[in-house]
Amino acid sequence: MKYVLMFVETEEFAKELEAMGDLEREEAYAAVGRWFAEHAGKITHHTHLAPVHTATTMRLRRGGEPVVTDGPFVEGKEVVTGFAEVEVADLDEALRMARSWPACPIVEIRPAS
Amino acid sequence: MTDPEGVSQEVLARVVRDHAGRLAACLVSLLGDFSAAEDLVQDAVETALRRWPAEGVPDRPDAWLFTVARRRGLDVLRRESNYRAKLAQLPWVEPTPKDDRLRLIFTCCHPALSLEARIALTLRVVCGLSTAQIAAAFLVPETTVAQRLTRAKRKITEAGIPYRIPADDDLSERLDGVLAVIYLLFNEGYLSSGGTRAQARDLVDDAEWLASLLAGLMPDEPEVSGLLALIRLHRARGAARFDDREQLVLLADQDRGLWDHSAIEKATALLVRAARAHRRPGPYQLQAAIAACHAEAENFDSTDWSQIVVLYDMLLRLAPSPITRLHRAIALRYAVNPEAALEELKDLDRALDDYPLLHATRADLLRALGRNHEAREHDERALALTANPAQQALLEERLNWTRPSP
Repeated sequence: MKYVLMFVETEEFAKELEAMGDLEREEAYAAVGRWFAEHAGKITHHTHLAPVHTATTMRLRRGGEPVVTDGPFVEGKEVVTGFAEVEVADLDEALRMARSWPACPIVEIRPAS
Repeated sequence: MTDPEGVSQEVLARVVRDHAGRLAACLVSLLGDFSAAEDLVQDAVETALRRWPAEGVPDRPDAWLFTVARRRGLDVLRRESNYRAKLAQLPWVEPTPKDDRLRLIFTCCHPALSLEARIALTLRVVCGLSTAQIAAAFLVPETTVAQRLTRAKRKITEAGIPYRIPADDDLSERLDGVLAVIYLLFNEGYLSSGGTRAQARDLVDDAEWLASLLAGLMPDEPEVSGLLALIRLHRARGAARFDDREQLVLLADQDRGLWDHSAIEKATALLVRAARAHRRPGPYQLQAAIAACHAEAENFDSTDWSQIVVLYDMLLRLAPSPITRLHRAIALRYAVNPEAALEELKDLDRALDDYPLLHATRADLLRALGRNHEAREHDERALALTANPAQQALLEERLNWTRPSP
């Protein structure tokens, strides 16, 4: 089955990342790299998103002009920072992958087609 | 056929429970579709509940249920030629040597389902309760239960929740989730038994049945035996828990002659066996050990309270919880004195302010210290918080007893 793992960052995690020294941050990135390498056989596609301050949202209105606003579609303390599309047997296998994810503290798992 | 006159609701429930889960497990394996299989089983169970009271329980209830499910399956799955072919090939599903119900239990208790859904699904699929029976047991509308079940089954299918026993590295965590569902059923049933709900389905019985099934299927898991022993130890004291007017009787006032001492002995032996064979203590074994301390005491005063405090300390180390601390404080009252217990309660206000037993316990301790006026306030708070009629009645009685004379 195909699933998308959505990686979600919290405010707290962003602050921690910011407070890291160069070496520490490099190690954190390396851990993410290792995770992707380890699961390379199951990951069919992945995307890392630019920081949320770069987001632009457009709301389409029937019969009216679209409204464009600065920022993500929902303002919140938790933001999606990336996706990985995976091909695994079932939810348990997807959960096992997510369990070893070394970075941001929330992962949403959704079946995809 | 058994004599139709003799088919009580209780017998009916037991027969259905013994066979529905097995049939569900077979059909899920056969069809590979949890939701379709479950629908067929439910239909067969409802037919049985309708017909058996008049016709009597058939000699082979399992074959009877399978035949109904199969006929129904061939009918409704007309368009699903794949399922039809599979069903048509089988005149009767021979019970598999390995019990598939274990897989069924793990799927029903999957952590990706809400706790409410897990409970409803387990009762329905593993124990064979109807939607109406589940609704009555939890005092919620039937439509709510039906929606919960439909949503859960859709999630199982669409989110790809597997039908299988978890891999070894996930097993202990996933088993905890299964035990939590059984424990919750037991608690719900235990607290609501007696009182005005004497007619409701005995969930404690279902909890014991599930724990016993699981213990049979996973004999090397001491926590499963621990939970089974815990449930049996509590049930063994059941006859003394309510008086003639269906009022709750406190442990200290219970007639210990009414306890089932042979059941207590057996449950304690089960616990000791599991603990010795595996030497892996866990929260359920410890709670059962505490229950055993109470059950083995000849009277309330000879209870080994110091031992109970030690067991609570171990339990708190493994599974910290404010409710366990409250129970430890109660033990401390008898092991040391009421002042020590009252002192322990101080830290619990924030976590347990909405928990009636905290206020009832504080009231009790204050009364023991002769501070009746303060005790009343806390009894009133406890009364305002509890929804359980038996507990309410007990607290009301206390308030009447301690009402200041005019």
